[in-house]
Amino acid sequence: MNSSVNIMIVGVGGQGTLLASRILGNVLVKEGHDVKVSEVHGMSQRGGSVVTYVKYGEKVYSPIIGEGEADIILAFEQLEAYRALPYLKKDGTMITATQCIDPMPVIIGAASYPEQLCEKIAAKANLITCDALAMAKEAGTDKAANVVLIGILAKRTDIPHDTWVEVLKTTVPPKFLDVNLRAFEMGYTYSM
Amino acid sequence: MIGNAAVARGAYEAGVRVTASYPGTPSTEITEVMATYPADEVYVEWAPNEKVACEVAIGASIAGARALTCCKHVGLNVMADPLFTASYTGVGGGMVVAVADDPGMHSSQNEQDSRHYAEAAKLPMLEPSDSEECLSFTRLAFTLSEEYDTPVLLRLSTRVSHSQSLVETAERENVPLKEYNKNISKYVMMPAQAKGRHVVVEERMRALTALAEVMLEINCVTRSSQTVNGKKIGVITNGITDMYAHEALGDRVSYFKLGMVYPLPVERLKFFASACDEVYVIEELDPVIENHCRAIGIPVHGKECFTMLGEYTPAMIAAAILGEAPAEHAVIDPIPMRPPVMCTGCPHRATYYVLKKLGLTVSGDIGCYTLGALAPLASVDTTVCMGASVSAALGMAKARGNDFAKKLVSVIGDSTFMHSGITGLVDIVYNKGINTVIILDNSITGMTGHQDNPTTGKTIRGEATKEVDLEALCHAVGIDWVKVADPFDLKNFEAVVREACALEAPAVVIAQRPCALLKTVKYTGHCIISDKCKTCGMCMKLGCPAISKKEDGTVVIDQNQCNGCGLCVGVCPFHAIEKVED
Ligand SMILES: Cc1ncc(C[n+]2csc(CCOP(=O)(O)OP(=O)(O)O)c2C)c(N)n1
Repeated sequence: MNSSVNIMIVGVGGQGTLLASRILGNVLVKEGHDVKVSEVHGMSQRGGSVVTYVKYGEKVYSPIIGEGEADIILAFEQLEAYRALPYLKKDGTMITATQCIDPMPVIIGAASYPEQLCEKIAAKANLITCDALAMAKEAGTDKAANVVLIGILAKRTDIPHDTWVEVLKTTVPPKFLDVNLRAFEMGYTYSM
Repeated sequence: MIGNAAVARGAYEAGVRVTASYPGTPSTEITEVMATYPADEVYVEWAPNEKVACEVAIGASIAGARALTCCKHVGLNVMADPLFTASYTGVGGGMVVAVADDPGMHSSQNEQDSRHYAEAAKLPMLEPSDSEECLSFTRLAFTLSEEYDTPVLLRLSTRVSHSQSLVETAERENVPLKEYNKNISKYVMMPAQAKGRHVVVEERMRALTALAEVMLEINCVTRSSQTVNGKKIGVITNGITDMYAHEALGDRVSYFKLGMVYPLPVERLKFFASACDEVYVIEELDPVIENHCRAIGIPVHGKECFTMLGEYTPAMIAAAILGEAPAEHAVIDPIPMRPPVMCTGCPHRATYYVLKKLGLTVSGDIGCYTLGALAPLASVDTTVCMGASVSAALGMAKARGNDFAKKLVSVIGDSTFMHSGITGLVDIVYNKGINTVIILDNSITGMTGHQDNPTTGKTIRGEATKEVDLEALCHAVGIDWVKVADPFDLKNFEAVVREACALEAPAVVIAQRPCALLKTVKYTGHCIISDKCKTCGMCMKLGCPAISKKEDGTVVIDQNQCNGCGLCVGVCPFHAIEKVED
């Protein structure tokens, strides 16, 4: 149908997925691609599921990604990773943080948090998992988990390392730049 | 640039001098971005509600300036009254109303299609499909507004408003203020003058319909010589569906993309259809274009192939028109939903904890506090529209009597109270209600992402201004019993609510505690559960996203999520929760 590269970023409101998509979007523009980024704000800021679509290529029409169309999914939370799995292409790659956040139905006992999600995902997709939160803490702040994940994603694209670093410099507040650059490098050099 | 930012850029470039709006997802960022342009070039304000915002824009336009007002779809209901008559007066400086629909209801209470307003108010409506068009259509809208002496509607949707794509910007046009001349027959809409103006409106509609036939750059046709299953297919699209259709159908079909969705062309649509074997109308929500086509005698496929509900996707279009199966994808087991929740430290959580404990009926409203309808707090009984918490509760009380009224409260946020709660309160006083109204004063408009409002003491540009004194206001409309209480002081708050409800007179409780996400709010430390915990589950009743029960029955506080607000400390009967500083 189309020849764009499709990346989805999923997580829980408040986890910093929006900054991640902004960095990614800026990188792609800098590389001269036609880019569309679509995110739904509003209610999703309040701890609900958040989904961002990033598409790039020579010409991008639709800003959304359908089931079976994502080349890469970058997930900030396991349950959200699993929820997004139907969107992944047959040979696509799922990168997920191992963090688990109980949704309200689980907290109140109306549902249970499914077990062995990573195993279930690995059975159907190329899976890369990482403890982004721990890595971010090591880099200096748990708030940089999003940038660790961006680092892991960066390595799996054909975009030069330096473009990412340049964009980080203009997207992240100067106060937090060093921490974020460290977090990015940890992600970039990460291997399972 | 997101679509909303591009609308703002377009308005700035078009020389807009006045922008007045009330926030509403997905339209909010337009006005926020306007406020990033220099104050000596554009005056920008958050108005108390959409009606006021629209009237400010109308006034600015009559006074000769280009003016913009923005709202979400339901906001257009609130501004409908001035807007319908502004259609009669026409404009001085160009006036544009940007309205963002929310197919799929990502953050709305209904899924209404604002295109009906264009027809009902007899106003032209443009609809862009990406950020580039957001900018250029906004500029065009101002030109049309002045050329045809009419307010112009710019229809957006969540996908267009909140998608980012590349745009080319230009310098701001120098549009001088127009001369202001008193003109009674145009601007004083009494029956005699309005009759004259209605004639003008109908003439304008004819002229605009003629324009729709020749606006080739925005009502554009792309022909394809290919066929699908041996047939020449034509599709009629508007806004985002044009993007979806191009992705799904490529150049296998002919396109008629309608950039102006009201009024619609007649002859060009007939001509387009005559060269196709089959024509599909691809429009989200209501069959507006479809009905128009049928009315002018074009047989089209529409809602029998596509839904009236929610957003469309390219796959849906490929399936309906090409009969293509969707891409192969993994199937997953059913998993728990993740609905939005009140944040950790949210003041509303404490309020609902008390209301639930007291077993009150809660007439609800719209804001972050609507989330109090969800389990486990599950306190809210009704939510209709902004302001209804107050007036609908009076209706409930009048229907069921004072005993019912004493077990009933209204909850309404500070911004929502300013928007349309005050008139309901006046109604309660005037008509001898004994209702209790709780104003949830979290010092900000939370739901839409932290906009200032008349109670916060700051303008949209962050300048200090006089703030509305809620207590004095309630007294002034005739409420004798008004108390301010911090909902985090659970004991006192409960006592205050009890007292208010027991009165034989109307009462207002102002639940005051700022939103936990405000920069000025600094909770420190974390809460931890000690071995004194008897797993009684009281703290779980708060519905705090940081507190959960493990499989073995123990209760834990997720240290990554807890912000140390300390609310849970006070609800534990065994003093098992402690706050520790880090
Ligand atoms: C007529 C109308 N305009 C705008 C909105 C969008 N909207 C929903 S809630 C809300 C404001 C809520 O602020 P507030 O009452 O202060 O409560 P908070 O979210 O801060 O708790 C707005 C603007 C709407 N739903 N209806």
